[in-house]
Amino acid sequence: MATEFAFPEAGAKAASAAEQEFQTEKMSLSMGPSHPSTHGVLRLQMDLDGEVVTKCEPVIGYLHRGDEKIAENMTYNQFVPYTDRLDYLAPLANNVAYAIAVEKLAKLEVPERCQAIRVISCELARISSHLLGLGAYGIDVGAWSVFLYSFTEREKLYKLFEELTGARFTTSYTRIGGVARDVPEGWTDRVNAFCDQFLPILDEILALLTRNKIFMDRTVGVGVISKADAIGYGLTGPNLRGSGVPLDLRKDKPYSGYQNYEFDVPVGATGDCYDRYLVRGEEMKQSVRIVKQAIAKFPKGPWYATEAKRIFGPPKDKVLSSMEELIQNFMLVTEGPQMPAGEVYFEAENPKGALGFFVVSRGGGVPYRLKIRAPSFCNLSILPKLCVNTMVSDVVSILGSLDFVMGECDR
Amino acid sequence: MSAPADSLLALKQAHPLVTDRPSLDHPALDVPADQVVTVLQSLRDQAGFDFLVDLTAIDQGEGASPRFTVVYHLFSTTHLSYVRVATACPGGDDATAPSVTGLWPGANWHEREAFDMFGIRFTGHPDLRRILMWEGYPHHPLRKEFPLAGIETTLPDLEVVAETGTKVIAAPMAGGPFVASPGEINLTDAEPRAKDESWNERNEKPE
Repeated sequence: MATEFAFPEAGAKAASAAEQEFQTEKMSLSMGPSHPSTHGVLRLQMDLDGEVVTKCEPVIGYLHRGDEKIAENMTYNQFVPYTDRLDYLAPLANNVAYAIAVEKLAKLEVPERCQAIRVISCELARISSHLLGLGAYGIDVGAWSVFLYSFTEREKLYKLFEELTGARFTTSYTRIGGVARDVPEGWTDRVNAFCDQFLPILDEILALLTRNKIFMDRTVGVGVISKADAIGYGLTGPNLRGSGVPLDLRKDKPYSGYQNYEFDVPVGATGDCYDRYLVRGEEMKQSVRIVKQAIAKFPKGPWYATEAKRIFGPPKDKVLSSMEELIQNFMLVTEGPQMPAGEVYFEAENPKGALGFFVVSRGGGVPYRLKIRAPSFCNLSILPKLCVNTMVSDVVSILGSLDFVMGECDR
Repeated sequence: MSAPADSLLALKQAHPLVTDRPSLDHPALDVPADQVVTVLQSLRDQAGFDFLVDLTAIDQGEGASPRFTVVYHLFSTTHLSYVRVATACPGGDDATAPSVTGLWPGANWHEREAFDMFGIRFTGHPDLRRILMWEGYPHHPLRKEFPLAGIETTLPDLEVVAETGTKVIAAPMAGGPFVASPGEINLTDAEPRAKDESWNERNEKPE
């Protein structure tokens, strides 16, 4: 892009001061792949001049499992559990993004109740992901207590996920054309109760950081990403909005009925680590807003596309008692949901950014090619530019503020 | 939403070799490989598609000609729509495509990934290295002839070779998922185990 990125003042000042005062030593430092601040298995190969980073080369691929290759070798529904393991901090949101992508291919509309269930689960996943991001970020910059509070809240969310999907972590909740099962009785009330008690606690958690002198010293003015850079490097999600670009696919390309809910899209002003933190904090409040609206007008009716007999499986009791449904179920399990030939690209606003699926089908129940556009992959690609001329301790702060997941980055 | 449609029409008039590509959702264009950079540039500068969301490739299968198709997905932050641009890469197994890192710095990693997974060489890329697999890995895993089970390869780290005596990385899923090794080997023997097996819960550790 044409505009040049101006390096953060603080970092540049530190660099020149360091040059004057100290006899610095050049060294090369390998940070990670097992380093607490790299949140997984990211490795940074850095050249240092004293404490100032002169070159930063991310080395990724330590968690590469070949998900795209695997997808080419199994039916559409069989791939759902693999999507759990992309952004493993928000598996529900991945499930939903994948299901909608394949439904676009099939030109299938899911009923309103199913859409509402998906919206609620996506937003709860967003809260849970941001809570972890916040807690881990706190630890990275030296605020331990945030983590304790945010994990207590996540635990409550996991209880709700377990009730809904049967699993705390790897939910595999969606199917092509619907979800695995309807919401349990009374679940929406318990979600509502969670939301009510969550908001004051969230304020308390954020109050630990927002005006915290140490936290602000570590984040304000650090890792500034300009608007042009954020777009040029394909940043999405809170990292893009932190730089002041008000792009939110839930608002701009609404899917799953997001156009029916009122919510605001928070954006940052300067694009530094502090702004990205503020955006995430506010997003959780907006998620609560969406969840409460979705529950207030929770539609009745079917929770899967009942007419799509070649895509969504029949009810289990029918499978065991009726010949037609038995055959339908058999065909679905062995051949997979039948799709037309064609190409579809869909991205959803996930907690980490826009998770996209590019599905190339040649007909039948197995994709010919499935490309996963992972937000963390794109968000990390700015690191070589962002980390230059910063202090090593700022790198930790920058990494935490980007809030990436290596499961998704490496696929 | 007529603005993007108009600009795509104007683009097709300016570049007569650009044709419509069959698509189930967003507008899509087929562009010859030598024009792809100029077409993407005019999409970015004139039509407002300023955001490169994705860059990937499709392998049409061994023996197909042209074998690889590079696919770009662009998004507009102003009129909020997508466009898909596809280009068939000249060359069979060693295909080349022009790099678009000059237009979007974010294309750097995407192109490295396409090179890593498919072996497409992006001409003009500043730093075309493997990104997900390790340097020196001999295969391109997303090519259609590459088996799902993987292929046995030599261990890259000589220190690990010296320490463990293992020279190769076994094909990760040989014999299918959840089966440790194919053929005659007893599954109990094939399980991962401790290096020193001279003691266990039944036999005490020798002094």
